[in-house]
Amino acid sequence: MAPADRGDMDTETGGPVALVSDAERMEGAADGAAVTTSAPDLIADSLGEYIRIWFRRVRSGESGVLPVVLGLIVIVIYFQIRSHLFLSAGNLVNLITQAAFIVTFGMAEVFVLLLGEIDLSVGYNAALGAVVTLWILSGAHPPPWWVGVIGGLAFCAAYAGLEGLIITWLRLPSFVVTLAGYLGGFGLLLAFIDMAAPNSGGTIRMTSSVLNAIEGGSMSPAASWIVMIAAVAVAGLFMALRDINRRRHKLAAPPITVTVLKIAAMAVAGVVVVLISNTNRGVGFSVVEGVPWVVLVILGLLVVWTILLNRTRFGRYVYAIGGNAEAARRAGVNLSRIRIAAFMLCGLTAGVSGIIYSSNLSGMSSNFQGGQYVLYAVAAAVIGGVSLFGGRGRMLGAVLGGLVVGVIYNGLQLLGLGAAAQNIWTAGVLLGAVTVDALARRSSATS
Amino acid sequence: MVNLGKPDDAPPANAGGAPPGEVSTQQEPADPSVALLELRGIGKSFGPVHALTNVDLDIPAGQVTALVGDNGAGKTTLIKCIAGIWEPSGGQIRWDGHPVHIRSPKDATALGIATVYQDLALCDNLDIVQNMMLGHEPLKFGIMDEISMERTAKQTLKDLAVTTVRSVRQTVGSLSGGQRQSVAVAKAVMLEARLVIMDEPTAALGVSQTELVLSLITRLASRGHAVVVISHNLNDVFRVADRIAVLYLGQLVAQGPATEFDPQSVVEIMTTGTSSRHNGNQTAASRGTNALEG
Repeated sequence: MAPADRGDMDTETGGPVALVSDAERMEGAADGAAVTTSAPDLIADSLGEYIRIWFRRVRSGESGVLPVVLGLIVIVIYFQIRSHLFLSAGNLVNLITQAAFIVTFGMAEVFVLLLGEIDLSVGYNAALGAVVTLWILSGAHPPPWWVGVIGGLAFCAAYAGLEGLIITWLRLPSFVVTLAGYLGGFGLLLAFIDMAAPNSGGTIRMTSSVLNAIEGGSMSPAASWIVMIAAVAVAGLFMALRDINRRRHKLAAPPITVTVLKIAAMAVAGVVVVLISNTNRGVGFSVVEGVPWVVLVILGLLVVWTILLNRTRFGRYVYAIGGNAEAARRAGVNLSRIRIAAFMLCGLTAGVSGIIYSSNLSGMSSNFQGGQYVLYAVAAAVIGGVSLFGGRGRMLGAVLGGLVVGVIYNGLQLLGLGAAAQNIWTAGVLLGAVTVDALARRSSATS
Repeated sequence: MVNLGKPDDAPPANAGGAPPGEVSTQQEPADPSVALLELRGIGKSFGPVHALTNVDLDIPAGQVTALVGDNGAGKTTLIKCIAGIWEPSGGQIRWDGHPVHIRSPKDATALGIATVYQDLALCDNLDIVQNMMLGHEPLKFGIMDEISMERTAKQTLKDLAVTTVRSVRQTVGSLSGGQRQSVAVAKAVMLEARLVIMDEPTAALGVSQTELVLSLITRLASRGHAVVVISHNLNDVFRVADRIAVLYLGQLVAQGPATEFDPQSVVEIMTTGTSSRHNGNQTAASRGTNALEG
């Protein structure tokens, strides 16, 4: 095998087909045939061209986040027509707190999906992390809440890191290893709860008021406004500075109109969330208003993870491994280290999800549906445009995908439909998202 | 690829190994007295299989050396030994006249050896800049410095006169075959490579794309890089090569300036290990013949 030269046979395969398209591309790349899958940001010169390139990109399967946003809007409109309560402040805030843990599950899964791997154990890993956190914080003289959080998240990172280690060392498929992690996690969950809270009937209570407030508490209306304005301002400033810096170095920058529109979209989304959340949603005489803390947690996670994936070497290597692991290896990337780190980050994010979940329930129970939530996590990421084959997708997509799953869950509950309808709906949306993705990709491959 | 039962070939082949250095000094007076890369008696065995036996090869800077041979002649094995994928079982590699050990691809990169494999090793999901800088991203406060990355990549492409790409922020998946090859070469050159090895760079390319790559190869050599090209296409070889080295069953049976060869003689050496038409060439073909006949 060794001395045989690779690919000697297919010297001629390029053939006339390649010749035609190559010549075409060489002469007139201006028609954009060659830029189908490229980011429009740094290629387009004007808004019109930006939209054209963007549309071509959507058709070629590199859809970005807009399709999922459109899908979300369609589903929201449907539920609002069916039930006028859907868009009420009370229900929307309820929706956010319900969807929060699915959103973070989806974000967790992004790290491994980008590698072309999968982690089936995120559900029970998250539950284990929550139990560890609650365990640390139980007893008569509990340590500060953040000690418990660090302990729980460290456990989750270690658990997923161990899986990553086995996957890279023994070169086993992640599907099988994390399936073992899933089963083992369920067993450990029963054992941990039994040890942490004996004779409690399989539940462990959340005693920390800080952690309970993640889902149960809200910022004051004034603080909500300040946080929203600050977040939009900082994000807008960074985008503007980036463009200015690029122009200063004579590099292509997105058209100003596009940047302005993006910042405007962020501002509108922020204002809407704050306006809804700041409406009094209390029942009777009690006043409940303000943006739930969990929104801030997710926003922070989204910003940090997006920077990590898009602006650091680690993130770049995650995408590179997902795109072509051999290329990454030859470029000197330590594949095992990146893979294990990605699994650990997946576990860590799952741990956050577990804490959010237990904050919502004020505890953790052995009835935790770890298997179902894993599938929601994968569904959230895939609906958000993250490819199961690795290398494509964004954190923001998982957040929006998680919201879609959350909206379906909440809306069907509001309509009085149970788990049956909810799962069938989610299945339909998931299948739809994957089909659209696959068809778009196929048409781009054949065109 | 198998040289079993001919162990007595080794001494004469080795003895014949002395002249190459001599040859290169004769033919390239403009060059320093030593070639950039000198292989001396390189052998590589996989168990009982001898993929390479006593290969002596000089690769001078500023020239294109074409490595030709039939399937299984050991071309890929040889470049993998140079690129650090495999360690030679025997022999010596001299870089700039100094003996070196290339144990890993990292060692090769550190020396300034860049290899562009047939599969190009590009990530389709990343853009041109990201691919070219992969593994060497400059950092600013722990964050990748996209602007300096893009400028470096642009400059390298400009230096190589790769002008057919519309934007360096295009994903590589959207490029044509020749453009992909250009990006892979630019990526190799950017890392201050002094020796660029290209495995079948024009395979599976159309006519215009082949032109693109061939002109890129000559441009690399004129910029002072040593270039090694593996190719099956003798037209391409004679278009760009300054020197030709022919491998036959794991042995280097002929090497010399391209002017001393013609396509027929190369084909003959590739398929039989000897050339009847090439008697005049004492330095190259006949030496190989001697080696083979032991």
